[in-house]
Amino acid sequence: MPLSFYKKPALVVYVTCGDPDLATTRAVVLAAIEAGADVIELGVPFSDPVADGPVIQRASERALKHGTSLAQVLTLAAEVRQHAQSTGLIVFSYLNPILRMSMEKFCRVARHAGVDGVLVTDLPVEEAGEYLRAMKENNLAPVFLAAPTSPDARLKRIAAASRGFIYAVSRTGVTGARQKLAEDAQKLVKRLRRVTKLPIALGFGISNAEQFAEVGKFADAVVVGSAIVETIEKNRGCEAAAVGEFVRELLAVSSQPSAKTL
Amino acid sequence: MATVPRAIKVKAPAPSTGSGQALSQRTREGRGTQRITAPASEPGRFGVYGGRYVPETLMAALEELEREYERAKRDPKFQERLDDLLRNYAGRPTPLSFARRLTQKLGGAKIYLKREDLLHTGAHKINNCLGQALLVERMGKRRVIAETGAGQHGVATATVCALLGFECVVYMGTEDMRRQELNVFRMRLLGAEVRGVESGSRTLKDAINEAMRDWVTNVRTTHYLLGSVLGAHPYPTMVRDFHRVISREARAQILKAEGKLPTAVIACVGGGSNAIGVFYEFIKDKKVRLIGVEAGGRGEALGEHAARFRGGSPGVLQGTYSYVLQDSAGQIANTHSVSAGLDYPSIGPEHAALRDAGRAEYVPASDAEALEATTLLARTEGIIPALESAHAVAEVVKRAPKMKKSDVVIVNISGRGDKDIGIMRENLKLD
Repeated sequence: MPLSFYKKPALVVYVTCGDPDLATTRAVVLAAIEAGADVIELGVPFSDPVADGPVIQRASERALKHGTSLAQVLTLAAEVRQHAQSTGLIVFSYLNPILRMSMEKFCRVARHAGVDGVLVTDLPVEEAGEYLRAMKENNLAPVFLAAPTSPDARLKRIAAASRGFIYAVSRTGVTGARQKLAEDAQKLVKRLRRVTKLPIALGFGISNAEQFAEVGKFADAVVVGSAIVETIEKNRGCEAAAVGEFVRELLAVSSQPSAKTL
Repeated sequence: MATVPRAIKVKAPAPSTGSGQALSQRTREGRGTQRITAPASEPGRFGVYGGRYVPETLMAALEELEREYERAKRDPKFQERLDDLLRNYAGRPTPLSFARRLTQKLGGAKIYLKREDLLHTGAHKINNCLGQALLVERMGKRRVIAETGAGQHGVATATVCALLGFECVVYMGTEDMRRQELNVFRMRLLGAEVRGVESGSRTLKDAINEAMRDWVTNVRTTHYLLGSVLGAHPYPTMVRDFHRVISREARAQILKAEGKLPTAVIACVGGGSNAIGVFYEFIKDKKVRLIGVEAGGRGEALGEHAARFRGGSPGVLQGTYSYVLQDSAGQIANTHSVSAGLDYPSIGPEHAALRDAGRAEYVPASDAEALEATTLLARTEGIIPALESAHAVAEVVKRAPKMKKSDVVIVNISGRGDKDIGIMRENLKLD
């Protein structure tokens, strides 16, 4: 499955699906892939996104206004898969839309759509028994979050339950861009390395090429979410081109390690 | 029908080897001890309901809170201090008043009112706030956040923070701030910062979202003083335990007054904290009917009410698995109630279990019925109930006339109506 990271750091791009509409999301995703994104996280909009900051909250509201659903996101995934064979595809969702569809059906449809893995924001490992079984049956990778507040014992359990990669949260807080990377981030990645050989993607708050390059020194992959969603928000009518350009900027610095602007 | 997530909880730290498959197998092997076989046999689960569905960042804090609460429960000094505050600060025990004129007027069952409205700050909410505040002290945290709908929980939180010297931030939907202006001022007077929440329907659910975002950001220094039997474990259990005192008192009081147990106990249910408090010690008394009253609002369509058991289905919202008002794609529905304390789209998980087990029944009362009951109680008993509690009164108005004179009913008056005077003025035409 295309969830191994060949180049380091790999770029994971998050989009809220259906913002402003599904056709645009599709174009944005393909543009991001074309520009060099390695993994795409297809965000399922939810009415009560407790883990998200204002940017993704607004995007979710826009997407829900015209009824974007989990079923539609899975259809979109299948379309993207047809155009991009080697890109990793992750569905990023809150639990309730998945429960409503039923765990079994969700995993089955996701597999047929060509999805590689799933991250459920509000599903910690303790509650994941049924989920892990359904994911395993459908050969999908369960990706779990690891937080700076997770004690080592929890990191072990997270590592044991995860496949594909582990999503390390750079700091306590909701999603959204930050000026500075927290010290927490590097410490967490170090602690995770002691309990896993899986690749580690770091996310939350990474919004520019400098931060991308900095994180790339200690993590295997970097997740950029709110900054992508904000680019979409600010470039009405030319979203795909703007995101493609932004992704190229992100990757430009890290591909020239000698010319880093740190 | 949504798939019910199995009540799997692995207690011991997991071995570091293995994969998702290993975790799955381990839980399956542990079926006998780790899986739910009977309601509430596992901490945090009520039948299939409850659990802990939060972002990973909050898990350590929930585990810490659970440990601290378990320790405090066994610590006689903690209990002594809490009892002292409940008695000498909050005003417990509250009376169980015989409602003579209401009983006469309805012409059936004998009606008693459990007077939580007489507590300091004007509602049952202070029971839980005092308990959690003492835990905050034990955990060495100095900052407390809370959500509030009607403002009663916010006022009670601001009160205990003033009492114990904590910094206090209360999140409140701007629609609720408008409806409950007086309580906003009270919180500010008590030194709390009230932060208006503009998202969603700008009511309780949205305030909880924002409080959770604050908590996920400041979790190391901050305690989230959740105000109902909602959210992730240990909140539903812990908040229930802090309110059990209501039924402990009521059971002894009714036995003393009537020499027998009541036929029925009636309470309104938003998240369900006052209801679980007044039900709990009667659960084992199988003949006592437990009746929860949900907000029937102004109609039966989704968005017009908050009757989770009439229009909802099992799902996960804000940390717990319970009945949720939602659409076919799993998006949470908007709600309506004249009462800001009842318009939550989900319900405490223990209520879901009591309902599924047939131990408690849940019925709606409409906005109009609640307003009418308010006037009736005011004029027969000289008690102006909170609009939330008025929903429970509305149910006794329907039910008592059909009951025998030898039947006894307890209605929980969870709060007083002062905070609702503005809404009552808008909605009641008095001549």
